[in-house]
Order: sequence, then structure tokens, then C-alpha cells
Amino acid sequence: MIVAEKKPMEEVIKEIKDYKNILLLGCNECVTVCEAGGKKEVGILASALRMYFLNQGEEKRIDEVTLERQCDHEYLEEIRDRIDTYDAVLSLACGVGVQFMADKYISIPVYPGVNTCFLGATEKRGLWTERCQACGQCILASTAGICPISRCAKRILNGPCGGSTNGKCEISKELDCAWQLIINRLKAMGRMDDYEILLDIKDWSSDRAGGPRKVVREDVQE
Amino acid sequence: MRLSYPTSVKIIRVPCTGKVDVIHILRSFEKGADGVYVVGCMEGDCHFNKGNFRARKRVAQAQKMLDDIGIGGERVRMYNLSSSEAPLFVRFAKEMFDKIVELGPNPIKLAKKKNINRQTEAA
Amino acid sequence: MKEKTPSKLEKILASGNLAVTSECGPPRGSDPEAIIEKANLIKDYVDAINITDNQTSVTRMCSLAACIRLKLMGLEPVLQMVTRDRNRIALQSDILGAASFDIYNMLCLSGDHQSFGDCASGQNVHDLDSMQLIQTVRRMRDEGKFIGGDEIKRPPKMFVGAAANPFADPFEIRVARLAKKVAAGAEFIQTQCIYNLDKFEKWMEGVRDRGLHEKVHILAGVTPFKSAGMARYMKNKVPGMDVPDEVVKRMSDRPKDKQAEEGINICVETIQRLKEVTGVHGFHVMAIEWEEKVPEIVQRAGLLPRPEM
Repeated sequence: MIVAEKKPMEEVIKEIKDYKNILLLGCNECVTVCEAGGKKEVGILASALRMYFLNQGEEKRIDEVTLERQCDHEYLEEIRDRIDTYDAVLSLACGVGVQFMADKYISIPVYPGVNTCFLGATEKRGLWTERCQACGQCILASTAGICPISRCAKRILNGPCGGSTNGKCEISKELDCAWQLIINRLKAMGRMDDYEILLDIKDWSSDRAGGPRKVVREDVQE
Repeated sequence: MRLSYPTSVKIIRVPCTGKVDVIHILRSFEKGADGVYVVGCMEGDCHFNKGNFRARKRVAQAQKMLDDIGIGGERVRMYNLSSSEAPLFVRFAKEMFDKIVELGPNPIKLAKKKNINRQTEAA
Repeated sequence: MKEKTPSKLEKILASGNLAVTSECGPPRGSDPEAIIEKANLIKDYVDAINITDNQTSVTRMCSLAACIRLKLMGLEPVLQMVTRDRNRIALQSDILGAASFDIYNMLCLSGDHQSFGDCASGQNVHDLDSMQLIQTVRRMRDEGKFIGGDEIKRPPKMFVGAAANPFADPFEIRVARLAKKVAAGAEFIQTQCIYNLDKFEKWMEGVRDRGLHEKVHILAGVTPFKSAGMARYMKNKVPGMDVPDEVVKRMSDRPKDKQAEEGINICVETIQRLKEVTGVHGFHVMAIEWEEKVPEIVQRAGLLPRPEM
């Protein structure tokens, strides 16, 4: 899923302070799971913002809506009939949701309420870690199911580098060395010989380097 | 034991302090409460294992938030006691009461009043 | 191993002599004198001089410009290149730039992570990794082709080196990793600073078992400690460094004013012992900001005179 984290209150306040009627828009998907922008977080933030502005002597209308998804037309359409009653939208969706909102409702200012961080997993409640950088050309088949692009600080395809110490990365004693994990798995699977296969120079054109990407499936299009 | 405690304390009963969430605390302030304190079982004695620990973390979260928005985190507290400690319950109530008296009323309440006055004047 | 480039370092290694290299860190400014001075201190005692490439991710004068300075002095530079700061266009372009000044040696590295340096908030590139950089420069030289497949007019004639750290983890793949670098095309290796000689010798045993010592020239890396404090720092703070307790103790047992001398002693003894190890074809003396001690180390280790080529 996409992992996000709440923006500091101060930053959010700065974003919306000049508007009177504000829609706080949550999303029921990834940001709900990572407890950054679901219905619950919308409620808490809305309450806090109302109090903040009231205390500043301004009564703002801050409404709360949480959509099933903000990255799909059909759900974003649900607010069409009321969107004109707001001066701005504070979206707690990931960067995708914020932009989809901006695309769709061209004259309404939209502000991000969270920082979109990475594609990751919930290791345990309150701990999310990165697993994928969406490079567009998956190499997990050659790296024992562990991704060095997202999990090695130098995204080294033929690792580990000389900084790997006691299974940890040179940049932090808390960070697992991705190549140590790869080697552990190669060993567990009895495939250590594969370690010596040189991974080719990667074609990064399917990554960010190639410009904005798209996936087209004509067979499922209407 | 018929002990008395400050009458302004309104008790909201929950099955476990683990049920109390940040939003409940914030809404209380939005509705005009001057302070909120959560009274849980002794740490380690929770019937639901970790309810009171969760409550403590949420209280801390609410404190931070109230500090961020200028209401003041000191208006929220977490206490622990066991069911047989009525005198302690009273002491906590008094302590909280005194703290609130010292801090004065919830600024939101005042701000709301000011807003209403302003609106009436404008009308 | 037949010579493939005009590199003096390659010739010395091919002739069976023990090679001696050292390194200079470029200045944090544009004064060329800094490089010239350091080079003059060591030039008669080493066969080639590595110029580090923004080591520990601290911004410095570029390695290529400093290498050109050495070349203008008639010296033999080893251009260090990290994959951290440049993509494949810039790497290939700099290789050509170096070749245009007839720089004949390069060392392919991934580079320390930028979080250690003065630009911790910067991006890193890592378009290629160090092995892929080795492959790239070998292909440029041997096939006369860019990564993209186009032909290079006047291909670079680089003697291609790589680093090896026998002390990083996991130890079990350290020989295999060297084999991978050799397969990628590395012709010489400069190792991480060696303090744990037993572990290094164990690694060399693995290297010999696979016959890698006949496919690649290994230059053992040594760095003299200036003080017990430096020994402790290297032990505790530098990733991938293995400094045994007894070495730290040997340094700290000496009075402060004798520690530098002890550091040189340890370094000289290390070289003397490693000279006997089959497969060690030379030494890379990294006297960090202490270049003036290189002559003494080389001389006391019995590595003089340097062969004329």
C-alpha cells in the first residue's frame, strides 16, 4: 500500500488559514490503514482545526467527508454537488488523491494534509516500512524476493557494498542490509550459487527516469 | 464511605479506558469542557490487558495536539487507581479541579461567546 | 595476464614486482597547490597515486581535475570514480575526458552514502553500481563501445580496478563478491585498510582456492594510525572496518607522543607480513592527511627502490 504520514499541525494551519469554508477530505484506502488520513484522522484534525481557528477568533466551517477512494472518478464524483460550497479542500489522501481531486475540480484549491512516503507494508501497528519503488521492471526474481532498489540505500544491484556490518546498513544500525537479507534467503533456499550471477545494467526508462508512466489495458477499456 | 468531590466533574463511564480515543478528548473541549482526565485501572491490571496503556498514549497524543492549537495540553491528564481506592479518586478529582481553576476556562468557550456577541452586535 | 593498456601500474604488476600505490584527497577548495604539494611528498615512493572522488561524500575538488594535475606533473594517477554522483552519461563522459589526458588507471566504486557528508539532503544517483561501472569501462576499452552500443572514436585505455572489503559482512560471500568483480572485468583490486591480518589471510586463502589471485592483482590496503583515538574511531565509527582490540590496545598502551610512531610500526609490520602472502601483488598505502609519512613507510617496509618502467 501507499504509506503516508500526517503533516505537522502548524503546516496544515498555514495551508488553509485564509479560507472560510473548508472540506476535510479523507480516504478509506491506504491512508486509513497507515492511520494518516482515514475517517478517524479526519475527525481528529477537523476538531483540532475548528478549535484552533475559534481560539484565533475565526469561526470556520470545516466539514468532514471520507471517500471510499480519492483515486477513482466514481468516488470523487460523490462530492460534486456540494464542492462549490467550499473555498478549499484539505485532502488527507496520498499525493495521488490530492492530484486527482485537483484534476477534477479545477477551480477549487486543494491542499495536502499528509506527506506521501512510500510503497510499503505494516510490519506491526505503528511501524510501516518500504518495500517497493515502482521501478516498473520487477527484478525480484533475481534477488530472492527482496528488493535492493527500495531497500538498499544505494540501490545496488550487485551487493552488498563494503559498508554492510553485522547485517545492518552503513547508514543506520537499525536498517537491515538488503543484500544480507537476499543472501539469507538464497542460503535458506539452497541457491547460493545464484549469488554470483551478475545483474545487468538496469533499464531505468520504466522508472521515474522515463517520465510520467502509464499502464494501458485496451482489453478492459470500455 | 460517602466522600464528596467537586460537583463540576462530569463522569462519563466507559467499559475500559482503552475505549477512549483522541477524538473523544478533542470533542469534549470543542463542546466546552475545561479539562478532561482519564481514570484507568492500575497499570498491569487491565482486564483487557493493554487498555490503560493505550489510553495513556492517546492522552499524550491529545496533549500534544492541544498544545499545537493553543488550548494547552495540561488540561488533559491520565490517572490510574484500583476500584477500592475511593479517597484517591477524590484526590485526583480535586487535583484536576484545582489545576483547571488555575488554568482558567477553556479558551474555546470564551471564543465561542465572543463570536456570538460579535454576531449579535452585527445584527 | 597480458598488458592491455599503457598504464605504468599495469606494467609493474605484469612484471611481477610488488606495486605500491597511495592516495591523495583533493582539497575543499580550488587551489591546485594542495594536490601538487601532496603529490610531491610521495611521488618518488609510489608507482601510482589514487585521487579520491568526494570521499565520505564531502564535496571537494573533482577527482578528474586533480588527476589531470598529476598527469601534468608527469605522474601516474588512478582516477577514482563513484557511482553515487553521476549517471551513465556523466560517467562515460568523464572516462573519455580522463582518457583525453591519457589517464590510464581507474578505480570503480559505489561511494559512501551521502548521509555521511556535507550534502546529506542531496539525491544520490546509483544509475550503475560499481560492478556495472567495471563492465562499462571494460566494454568502452575492449569493444570500443558506449553502453548504448555506439562506437567510440579513440576508446579509453584504462587499467580497471575495483575495491574489495574482506571485512564487511557477510564474510562468507566476500570471496564470491571478488569473483563477481573479476567476472565483471576488474584487473586490479585495492582492499579496505587491513588491521585484522588473520581474517585477511583467511580471505586470501579463499581467493587462492578459487584461483582468483591469478586473474586479478590484489593490492593490500594499509592505513597508519596517527593516534589511539584514530584507532578507536576507525574501530567504532567507520562502517566495514575491522580493527582488533589488541591493535587498539597496542596504540593506547603507548604514551601520546609515541603513538604516531607506533602507528607507523604497525603499518610497516603489516606490509612485511603480507608481502609473504601468495596473491598479494602490492600495497595501497592510504595515509589519510598524513602523506608525508608514506616515504618512511615504503622505505621501512623494504619496498624501495621503485622499479623504472
